[in-house]
Amino acid sequence: MSLTSPLEQFGRALVAIGAENERVVVLDPDLSTSTKTSYFAERFPDRFINVGISEQDMIGVAAGLAAAGRTPIACGYSIFTAGRAWEQIANSVARPNLDVKIVATHGGLSPFADGDSHQNIGDVATMRVLPNMRVVVPADAASAVWALEAIVRSRGPAYLRLGREATPMVHEERSEFTLGRASPVRDGADAAVIANGVMVALALEAAEDLSAGGLDVGVIDMHTVKPIDADRIIGAARETGAIVTAEEHSVIGGLGSAVCEVLSQSHPTPVQMVGIRDRFGESSRDYRSLLAKHGLSAEGVSEAVYNVLKMRR
Amino acid sequence: MHRLLLRTINKNQILILTHIRRVPTPITSILREISKNYNVPLSTLKGSARALRDLNLIAYGDDSDFLGVELTELGRFVSRLLAGGELPLVNLVQTSSGLRPLGSVIRDVRKAILRMVAEAGSGHLGASLSALEILAVLYFMKMRHDPKNPAWAGRDRFILSKGHAAPALYAVLAEAGYFPQEELLTLRALGSRLQGHPDTRTPGVDFMTGSLGQGLSVAAGMALAAKMDGAGNRVYVLLGDGELDEGQIWEAAMTAAHHGLDNLIAIVDRNQFQLSGSTAGVKSLEPLSAKWGALGWEVAEADGHDPEMILDALDRCSLVSGRPSVIIAKTTKGKGVSFMEGNAFSRRTPNIEELEKALAELS
Repeated sequence: MSLTSPLEQFGRALVAIGAENERVVVLDPDLSTSTKTSYFAERFPDRFINVGISEQDMIGVAAGLAAAGRTPIACGYSIFTAGRAWEQIANSVARPNLDVKIVATHGGLSPFADGDSHQNIGDVATMRVLPNMRVVVPADAASAVWALEAIVRSRGPAYLRLGREATPMVHEERSEFTLGRASPVRDGADAAVIANGVMVALALEAAEDLSAGGLDVGVIDMHTVKPIDADRIIGAARETGAIVTAEEHSVIGGLGSAVCEVLSQSHPTPVQMVGIRDRFGESSRDYRSLLAKHGLSAEGVSEAVYNVLKMRR
Repeated sequence: MHRLLLRTINKNQILILTHIRRVPTPITSILREISKNYNVPLSTLKGSARALRDLNLIAYGDDSDFLGVELTELGRFVSRLLAGGELPLVNLVQTSSGLRPLGSVIRDVRKAILRMVAEAGSGHLGASLSALEILAVLYFMKMRHDPKNPAWAGRDRFILSKGHAAPALYAVLAEAGYFPQEELLTLRALGSRLQGHPDTRTPGVDFMTGSLGQGLSVAAGMALAAKMDGAGNRVYVLLGDGELDEGQIWEAAMTAAHHGLDNLIAIVDRNQFQLSGSTAGVKSLEPLSAKWGALGWEVAEADGHDPEMILDALDRCSLVSGRPSVIIAKTTKGKGVSFMEGNAFSRRTPNIEELEKALAELS
């Protein structure tokens, strides 16, 4: 699978969206060369607002623009936007149910070299707990663009989490992308891995490794964590009876939790969760090593599959 | 400035300017009155009136009907200069029950606030009473809005950033005709449209607040949108002085100044108290005007309980271009009821005896 940067594609897609929809305004807390909103800024300077290094103010300004009929897309690093401005997002965006799109870049461990001050491992939890908020974690650069288009098309608040790093392309060709509807990427009868973000590619690697050992493991790209595709989760549980979740996020409150919330109430099924085990990250010279240190690897997913199959017996 | 003015407008025009009352009156009746009292031909006065309209000092319907005439913001400002500040511009205002003197409207609204907080059993009385005159001048005199059409796109926007003064906002909105007066007594009740802090489920409320420090950013966003749309509406936001402890206010203050948002007017309800004591004791704000000025804002000061002064400050700020304005409105927490003034009723709710005593003081 080829490596492509989601931010590069995001930045270019933003320009296309801006050309198509003149109500769109982009806000950025002085990070545009990093978040790649710089392309939009060059093309539409009158609809680009660099609010300065002030994420809380950025969310408020975005809320005001939305209340006045605009569609603001507020971008920034996950930790400083979803993190620092959480209460502004709760009170000024989610509660009034405004048409504000929040695009958080540098999600999870992807700002690997900067260290844990810059890594947000809890944003899916803190965003999905907000009523009215939709939460999307695309698996690759192509689906990041489809997700962006989808959240701009549909009214209301949405949170799109992107990684900083180039990641393998899972969806090479245009597949159907619907918010709230998971995309199965590999069929399998023995167990199903429900993953999102970079973990979809790693789960596919794991499924490939496991097939060599005679195990038939499916992979589902659960890009939308909220609203979650309960039908797809229950279907996979019925078909395989063994579920593994995989996410670049704390195991507390993220995708794994969301899947367990569905299964425990509708179709109790053994689950193993791959994710960050209630720890902060740290600096690393490369992304993959840091992921692997937290068990976010093909090996980590394979191990979880073996464990869940033991539980099923 | 006076001399310059007198070179621009003539004696007949001054007569017209100083005879217009705050409430729209048929212009023909005003011109007839002047014509009789000062012995000026009516046709001459009609010409003067047109000239004033061309100068954007007065506004009225087209020439044929000469309907209601009003001073524009600029007109109010000029009239005031001409009259040496003596001209009362605050008189009758339009309410849900017709034209009423502003003073008696404010007295009734003050009573309504007391009743609703007593009925609800909780609510921020002190902060509501200090903000009342500011809200009344905005809704009854200054803002372009239509209680019959709360969603009118061209309306001016108002954000109560100090959301805990919601009872005052609700009482003013009801008096203006956004919803029935009786509904005020449902404040904070389960299922009520009148939430503890402002919520857009209440007709007339433009933005949800309650968490301090967020309203100025939102107001800046609305003002930016108006600029992008080339719309002429303004955005007003009322801040508490204790609220200025929040850092986001100052982020937003820099944003608004950076973008030259002259369609944004902030008012600080400077009642000198916050929950646990005086603002000076908790976290010093002074020199407050200098702080805003240093950030690039036009700064005005006013007695926040004198409608004339508030309106004058708002009119002055409306004429500023290229930067946002802030009015530091000096107020008294718990204003209007002797035993509530100061911080005594910051969060306390009056019991029945206290309520009756307070209502008696206001009668």
